[in-house]
Amino acid sequence: MLLRDLWRLRGQVLAAAVVVACGIAALVAMYSTYYSLIRTRNSYYADYRFADVFAQLKRAPQSLVEEIQRIPGVAQVAVRAVRSVVLEVPGLAEPATARLISICERPERGLNALVVMRGRVPNPAADDEVLASDTFARANGLNPGDRVAAILNGRWQSLRLVGTALSPEYVYEVAPGGLFPDNRRFGVLWMNGDVLEPAFGLKGAFNDVSLALAPGANTADVVARLDRLLRVYGGLSAYTRSDQASDRFLTDELGEIQVMASAIPLLFLAVAVFLLYVILSRLVQMQRADIALLKAFGHSDLSVGTHYIGFAAATVASGLALGLPLGVYLGKVFVGVYRGYFHFPQLHWMMPASLPVALAFATFLAAALGALGAVRSAVALAPAEAMRPEAPARFRAGVIDRVGLVRCLAPAMRMLIRNVTRRPIKAVLSVFTISLAIALMVVGRFPVDAVNTLLRWQFDGVQRADVAAVFSEPRSASVLAETARLPGVVEVQGFRAVPAWIRALYRSKRVEIVSTTPHGELRRVIDQEFRRIDPHDDGIVLGQKLAQLLAVKAGDLITVDVLEGTRPSFQVRVTGIVDELLGLGAYMEHTTLSRRLMEADTVSGVYLRADPAQWEPLLAELKHIPAVAGVSSRGALLASIKETMDRSFITFSAILTLFAAAIVVGMVYNSMRVALSERGHELASLRVLGFTEREIAFILLGEQALVALAALPVGLLIGYAICALLVPLFDRENFRLPLTVSPQTLLVAGSAALASAAVCGMIVARRLKALDLIAVLKTRE
Amino acid sequence: MATNPDETAESGGVFHLHDVSKTYHVGEVDIPALRSVSLDLYPREFVVLLGASGSGKSTLLNILGGLDRPTSGKVFYLDHDLTAASSAALTQFRREHVGFVFQFYNLIPSLTALENVALVTEIATKPLTPLEALTRVGLADRQHHFPSQLSGGEQQRVAIARAIAKRPDVLLCDEPTGALDYATGKLVLEALEDVNRELGTITVVITHNVAIAGMADRVIRIGSGRIIEITTNSTRMRPGDLSW
Repeated sequence: MLLRDLWRLRGQVLAAAVVVACGIAALVAMYSTYYSLIRTRNSYYADYRFADVFAQLKRAPQSLVEEIQRIPGVAQVAVRAVRSVVLEVPGLAEPATARLISICERPERGLNALVVMRGRVPNPAADDEVLASDTFARANGLNPGDRVAAILNGRWQSLRLVGTALSPEYVYEVAPGGLFPDNRRFGVLWMNGDVLEPAFGLKGAFNDVSLALAPGANTADVVARLDRLLRVYGGLSAYTRSDQASDRFLTDELGEIQVMASAIPLLFLAVAVFLLYVILSRLVQMQRADIALLKAFGHSDLSVGTHYIGFAAATVASGLALGLPLGVYLGKVFVGVYRGYFHFPQLHWMMPASLPVALAFATFLAAALGALGAVRSAVALAPAEAMRPEAPARFRAGVIDRVGLVRCLAPAMRMLIRNVTRRPIKAVLSVFTISLAIALMVVGRFPVDAVNTLLRWQFDGVQRADVAAVFSEPRSASVLAETARLPGVVEVQGFRAVPAWIRALYRSKRVEIVSTTPHGELRRVIDQEFRRIDPHDDGIVLGQKLAQLLAVKAGDLITVDVLEGTRPSFQVRVTGIVDELLGLGAYMEHTTLSRRLMEADTVSGVYLRADPAQWEPLLAELKHIPAVAGVSSRGALLASIKETMDRSFITFSAILTLFAAAIVVGMVYNSMRVALSERGHELASLRVLGFTEREIAFILLGEQALVALAALPVGLLIGYAICALLVPLFDRENFRLPLTVSPQTLLVAGSAALASAAVCGMIVARRLKALDLIAVLKTRE
Repeated sequence: MATNPDETAESGGVFHLHDVSKTYHVGEVDIPALRSVSLDLYPREFVVLLGASGSGKSTLLNILGGLDRPTSGKVFYLDHDLTAASSAALTQFRREHVGFVFQFYNLIPSLTALENVALVTEIATKPLTPLEALTRVGLADRQHHFPSQLSGGEQQRVAIARAIAKRPDVLLCDEPTGALDYATGKLVLEALEDVNRELGTITVVITHNVAIAGMADRVIRIGSGRIIEITTNSTRMRPGDLSW
């Protein structure tokens, strides 16, 4: 009997099973991705001894290492020479930027150990051998034996790639201060310390420290003591893993997956419970007589109830059977996507063995919950009562009739509206469920919309220079005139950037203060509405996020402790707060900053606008200027970000949209089938009376169309609201997501939902042909 | 629809059935429902079909109403060949020419009495107004009631109003009093008779109830799929004078 019921209602059972499957698949995919990433990260960090504390400084003698080692809680110390250089890569028009890091003889040992992926480590005797980050080498098609060129010690040097490697420090490989990876134009190179240290003027010295802490060490204390030690050596404040760029991105991403892995599957399971309840309620209604008969023959309530719970269990079991392999497949796809982002020596898909068991338990619990309501009414039926057919549907004049709205409608429309309004709770639940699916589609595309807005803000509003070049050391402003003479340069704007602590009462934050040029067009300070908020007079303009962290507002006084040069300290008034999307901005007018730094007019880098026709010679020249430590081109960066986005966000949002469509299909198809089963008799009567198939289809499907149409604005609004709730979750120090939902998203979500509903309508409409017109004449409903 | 003017002109009937047989295939068994039935129905007549369960009377009604097609033989409505008509053409035929009254009324529960009638007048070409149709069956004062607020007899009269509102050429009633008590049944029969007299609609009533035969022009007895006997009443009794 159970099998027969399942087979008879196979369409609806399948629809509910698909919704369950989507929930299971989403959970398995996301949770296994999370699990794979976190397991891989933890073992990678442990096996390759990712450091706990990091610090950069100007220059300290090797002898300091012993002192650092003596800090209580420090287990291991590693010091290096690290500097950014401009790199010439064969086949790349723009200059690339490399983080050049010194290594000892055995870089596979010690802190932040390297994993050699291809080739070998540089020979200690060779002075031109480098290991390149595997990511960078692959992006540029570089193999062991290939050569790149870099300016070291003021002169061009050809470097030979002898191998590629990965480091736990660069799981997410972005240029310092960058947000999105651009693996063609930024990479890491490791080179023998004996060669690199003198080239950087660091012979017998270092400018980068990493510490491993002993278990139970007081991290804050270690950081404070290290800062005190490094202060005289130009230390730039130590930080822990949570502020290490690569780890922070990875941790943030893991947090997001975790949120999604719990929220989205819950939604699907809730919908599945609702669908099961609807299907089973109808089944009980149709089987009143059978139930009565069984009970009249002496079957207990328990055996009757078990039948319907079995029905629900069979439905979710098929959902589980479908969802598990789909989830495993999608989990592997997701992990594959993450392989492009996060670079581990090996990132295998993994799933805890307990997950399927826990899932099975949770879904059967959900099934029992869905079945409970329907089963309760089945077991409550008294045998004699159940043998009588159910009383006809009662309709009364409702609010809509009393208002007189109905009078201007055709009878078919009145049927439609009364049927919807007769069971308002069911209608509201249907509308709500479909609107949740629509909302899910909006949410699925939200990252795409938000990042597009962010990119427009950043690249059309803020960073309008074609090229930005950063110098390895601050230069005299006279360099601006020289730069202006480079081929094709139309406009030059210099800037000064200094690392500094900003303090307000007991709060402090390490930031970079950047100078602005009044009316400068190549790099502007603007808020989310693209309004310019230039610093003026003697004041400082802070990004809103920074102001929040420091709990300051416009008009407040803050203290600035500069971490460069003579390390001056000064007080300055906050003259404006700017609502920015990226970073923790702090801006001062150029001459004001120079005066506060007590230095002559100097610049840290330049923004250039250039004639596109002169592009190549300009980039070629820039590569060859020894003072230039990094060059970034706006167009290349934008293209690279878009490519990354297409790879990841679009995959996720497409899967989410597909899943959401499954909810719409499951919901609408089920409602239509229930409506057809409840009203088949009525519709067949109408056919006998001369109504065409099209006309009765309108009556049957119109109701669902009404529900779907009502769900549309509700869903878009809920979607928008969820995005608004998500925005604070993405309120990070390095970026904020703007609350934007593009018209395309609304269009995609709306049309995907309506199209899914329309497909169900077409499938159900086909069944109208099979209505038995003759039976209607003879049978009572 | 194909036409055959000769045959209809010859018979003078509105419906002309010639050698109609209907066999249902149930599994591997053939069940003959009608065997070589030939029959004409004439304008304004009131016909009662009598027969036991399974005699074939409902099959005959279904074929007349364009709900079913014969296995062999021909059915003409005026000059339209219903046996050759497409499903869409049959729908059109029912829409324009046939009124149905069901045993269990089959009203739309979500529509009031008036709206149930209006549903049909909307798709008809020269209908009565819904109120006119309800007035004819004596239910003008119940027009705003929903089916669940009406008695069985009232519901059946609404169904008759719904059937006649489009001014059909033929009214086909399958056990219209089958679910009703004696007094209510009579009210319904009166409504049917009024419609037949005043609008001239050919009325075919299927019944088990032999007493109802008294109000017919002709009584057709069916058994085992054949017409056993056709009797013509010299005078039609008023429904009020029938008793059973």
